[in-house]
Amino acid sequence: MTTLKSKGISLENLKLNFEEVHDGLNAQEAMEESNRCLYCYDAPCIKACPTGIDIPKFIKKIASGNLKGSATTIMSANPVGASCARVCPTEELCEGACVLNHSTEPIVIGDLQRFATDWAIKNEQILFKPGEKNGRKVAVVGGGPAGLSAARELARFGYEVTIFEAAEEAGGLDTYGIVSFRLPQDISRWEVDQVEKLDVEIRTNTRVGTDVTFDELAEQYDSIVLTIGMGNVPMLGIEGENLEGVHDAIEFVKRTKSGAITKELLGKNVVVVGAGNTAIDAATCAARKGAADVKIVYRRTAKEMTAYEFEYDFAKQDDVEFNWLTQPIEIIGDNTGKVTQLKCVKMDLGEADEDGRRRPVPVENSEFNIEVDAVIKAIGQSRYTDLIEGFGLDHEGGVVKVDPETLQTSNPNVYAAGDVIFAKGQGEAMVVTAAQQGKEIAMAIHKQLDPTPTAII
Amino acid sequence: MADLSLNLAGIKSPNPFWLASAPPTNSGYQVQRAFEAGWGGAVWKTLGEPILNVSSRFAAVGFNGQNVAGFNNIELITDRPLEVNLKEIYETKKKFPNHAIIASLMVEPTQEKWHEIVKKVEDVGVDGLELNFGCPHGMAERGMGSASGQVPELVEKQTAWVKEVAETPVIVKLTPNITDITFTAEAAVKGGADAVSMINTINSLAGVDIDTWDTIPNVAGKGAHGGYCGPAVKPIALNMVAECARHPRINVPISGMGGVSSWREAVEFMLMGATGVQVCTAAMHHGFSIVEDMKDGLNNYLDEKGINSVMDLVGQSVEKYSDWGNLDLNHQIVAKINNDVCINCNKCHIACEDTSHQCIDMLKDEQGNDILKVREEDCVGCNLCSIVCPVDGAIDMVEYANGKPPMTWNERQAAIGAVSSCDVDLIK
Ligand SMILES: Cc1cc2nc3c(=O)[nH]c(=O)nc-3n(C[C@H](O)[C@H](O)[C@H](O)COP(=O)(O)OP(=O)(O)OC[C@H]3O[C@@H](n4cnc5c(N)ncnc54)[C@H](O)[C@@H]3O)c2cc1C
Ligand SMILES: Cc1cc2nc3c(=O)[nH]c(=O)nc-3n(C[C@H](O)[C@H](O)[C@H](O)COP(=O)(O)O)c2cc1C
Ligand code: SF4
Ligand code: SF4
Ligand code: SF4
Repeated sequence: MTTLKSKGISLENLKLNFEEVHDGLNAQEAMEESNRCLYCYDAPCIKACPTGIDIPKFIKKIASGNLKGSATTIMSANPVGASCARVCPTEELCEGACVLNHSTEPIVIGDLQRFATDWAIKNEQILFKPGEKNGRKVAVVGGGPAGLSAARELARFGYEVTIFEAAEEAGGLDTYGIVSFRLPQDISRWEVDQVEKLDVEIRTNTRVGTDVTFDELAEQYDSIVLTIGMGNVPMLGIEGENLEGVHDAIEFVKRTKSGAITKELLGKNVVVVGAGNTAIDAATCAARKGAADVKIVYRRTAKEMTAYEFEYDFAKQDDVEFNWLTQPIEIIGDNTGKVTQLKCVKMDLGEADEDGRRRPVPVENSEFNIEVDAVIKAIGQSRYTDLIEGFGLDHEGGVVKVDPETLQTSNPNVYAAGDVIFAKGQGEAMVVTAAQQGKEIAMAIHKQLDPTPTAII
Repeated sequence: MADLSLNLAGIKSPNPFWLASAPPTNSGYQVQRAFEAGWGGAVWKTLGEPILNVSSRFAAVGFNGQNVAGFNNIELITDRPLEVNLKEIYETKKKFPNHAIIASLMVEPTQEKWHEIVKKVEDVGVDGLELNFGCPHGMAERGMGSASGQVPELVEKQTAWVKEVAETPVIVKLTPNITDITFTAEAAVKGGADAVSMINTINSLAGVDIDTWDTIPNVAGKGAHGGYCGPAVKPIALNMVAECARHPRINVPISGMGGVSSWREAVEFMLMGATGVQVCTAAMHHGFSIVEDMKDGLNNYLDEKGINSVMDLVGQSVEKYSDWGNLDLNHQIVAKINNDVCINCNKCHIACEDTSHQCIDMLKDEQGNDILKVREEDCVGCNLCSIVCPVDGAIDMVEYANGKPPMTWNERQAAIGAVSSCDVDLIK
């Protein structure tokens, strides 16, 4: 098999490059690791998990061979716990808080979580039951992690829930946005299926604001949950963005998750603009599509990038080259309208700006051109500002304003969670926070509409 | 380099590590490999009338992912003809004249059978005899092994029969499947035993398969009780050795075994009165090469302690082992948590809170860090917190000076007796 440098990337079978890179634990590894967990009391790992999974409990259940109970413990606290097992920055969350950091090695909580949830997926388990119907109806707009989580909890409380999802399948970025070699689609599909099994109706290919209006929903449902996330990558605002060969990272990754892996980047030179989650995922996708050279250009330095350390390492393993303090200023094409060069300028770090990161300023006369066949824009995601305004909700630059306790928007019957309320300057958005907020919304709605406590089945 | 050589009732070996009579000593090939690996002696797999074995035979009990915490078997004594074993003993002894070969024996409880087998094995040059009064399964159903080992009179009588003809030292191997092992040990001494060895295996059923509901192990779906050994039995074996060692009328050397897995347990057994140890399960788990560290570790330990001969360890801790009534009631220790070592797993807190004396508080220090603190006045010094603590040095059990003079239960009862005989009403 022809492989590229150190990468272990196949140039013949590109599809292979998109299979999950990290093997899960085998049964014996899981047994040994689960037995190493101390079963702490008031464990710090639980507190470090945004969804508060009872980690010692699910780990103990692996050790006792009660895998169904283990998966139930995980999924009960986190409706997208199988995806989170793969994509959570565990070093910063649960594993970073494990007490064993102070004595030996932290427990690989994410891998154990994957072991238990993989078992449930493989064995086609249905872990939850819908609650007794209470006659109330909730519309969830957007079926990503936040929406699924809210819907799952509301269904368990007995609400009749309908998810309106613009895409062909629910799951949001778990299904379409996070690269398949980190998160295969089947995992997200199983989570969607778990929610559907609670009698939640999922209307796919239905965009609210286009296919159905906000007012219709407001009329037909007691409450509305807004979990539409963010949109595609915004414009760079430079010349040449419409040339052939210039891609939107979100779309670019989505195509690798929705169809066959195409060969147009084989042997090509690719530049990715940006240095967050999206940039890393786009760059590694490009490398795995067989690009000969993948560069990331970022106008600040490694210190300011929002990508996690493990993502950075991962990209470097795929031979992605990082060019710090480099700002693209023009995309240049040939006479057929195809991109050929990216014009950049060198930057310097100046004063800190409002989010505390030092503002980059261009260095005079430092322009240079990079030969490219493709440019992938990955400078974050745009906001659905028009839509949010259309719904009549208060917002700040497209970030919906909510009461931090109840996640209620300026319209008391509308709640919002996930990326749609994720404000700049908080690092990277995470699936796990979106899931937790979804749960919180369900609790808040339940408190608002049905203050008598219900037992969850 | 300390002197590791051993002398047990006249049986000499270059080191105190013997293989116990069991599968590792089944044949000349194996025993010779063991001696080459460094074992000091071997008690040959029990000889007698050859028997038939079943398949399967072994099972192990794991704990928290560890494979062999305990080991269970339903194997009987040797299934090879006596002549073959005798020939191999002869050859092995010739090749390894300085290593100890002890013949383990089990026959029907008649004087004639014992005389016959003792003569046969002594003719091929064994260094000693071990009478197997211990096997708890199979042979016991035929009146041998632990069936005779559980009856002090039978132990005494059979030992005496052997002593009538034996020219080499006689060790009597005792079964732990008895309420008080000192009864049978004393009987062996009365019968003239030169030494006793303990423990043989403990009656056990390793498990039940929760899917098939078959016993573990099973033979075509049927099970029978087996004998338990390995690391899990060490405390039971150690107590039995200690009880015999401190018994005034059991004044013969003891060969200790049951859960010896490294030089550490060997040291423990020897301190508690064993003259050398025997090993089976650890060798079955890891092979003969484990003896290398047993010797090396023991040697380094002795050097570090400045002890010249391993024999000097024997019995050093025996006088520290006594009856509960002789323990000082006024001695007090309390737990002390070292928060700079503590990793804040809170296991000590919950253990004390739920199952002991509710005296470990979860607090914050001035910087707002989590700390744990023992309320010494409520601590009973049970050790539980330090047992569950996963970090070395995070909890010390320290002496608490309460100013009270030592007073044992026995002394207290004696004092009360003295007072009440003066007709004082203590209740008031
Ligand atoms: C490339 C990339 C990599 C990432 N990697 C990680 C990672 O490794 N770890 C991690 O924790 N997080 C990661 N994230 C972030 C994470 O994916 C998001 O924080 C999370 O998915 C947010 O969930 P959400 O439900 O709010 O939004 P989304 O997942 O975006 O879901 C929103 C859903 O709403 C639908 N929708 C939008 N508009 C409408 C409408 N008008 N009507 C109906 N439906 C609509 C969308 O189709 C979508 O299904 C990554 C993000 C990206 C882009
Ligand atoms: C499979 C097996 C077979 C045994 N066979 C005998 C035997 O034939 N004669 C005997 O005296 N003891 C026999 N034993 C008991 C051992 O000699 C020894 O007393 C016991 O295993 C305790 O030591 P350990 O904990 O090191 O294994 C056997 C033990 C096992 C595991
Ligand atoms: S902190 Fe670590 S050791 Fe303690 S319960 Fe959590 S995972 Fe287990
Ligand atoms: S020694 Fe026992 S009583 Fe004292 S603190 Fe520890 S657990 Fe509690
Ligand atoms: S058990 Fe040990 S490490 Fe854990 S909190 Fe207590 S003292 Fe600290």
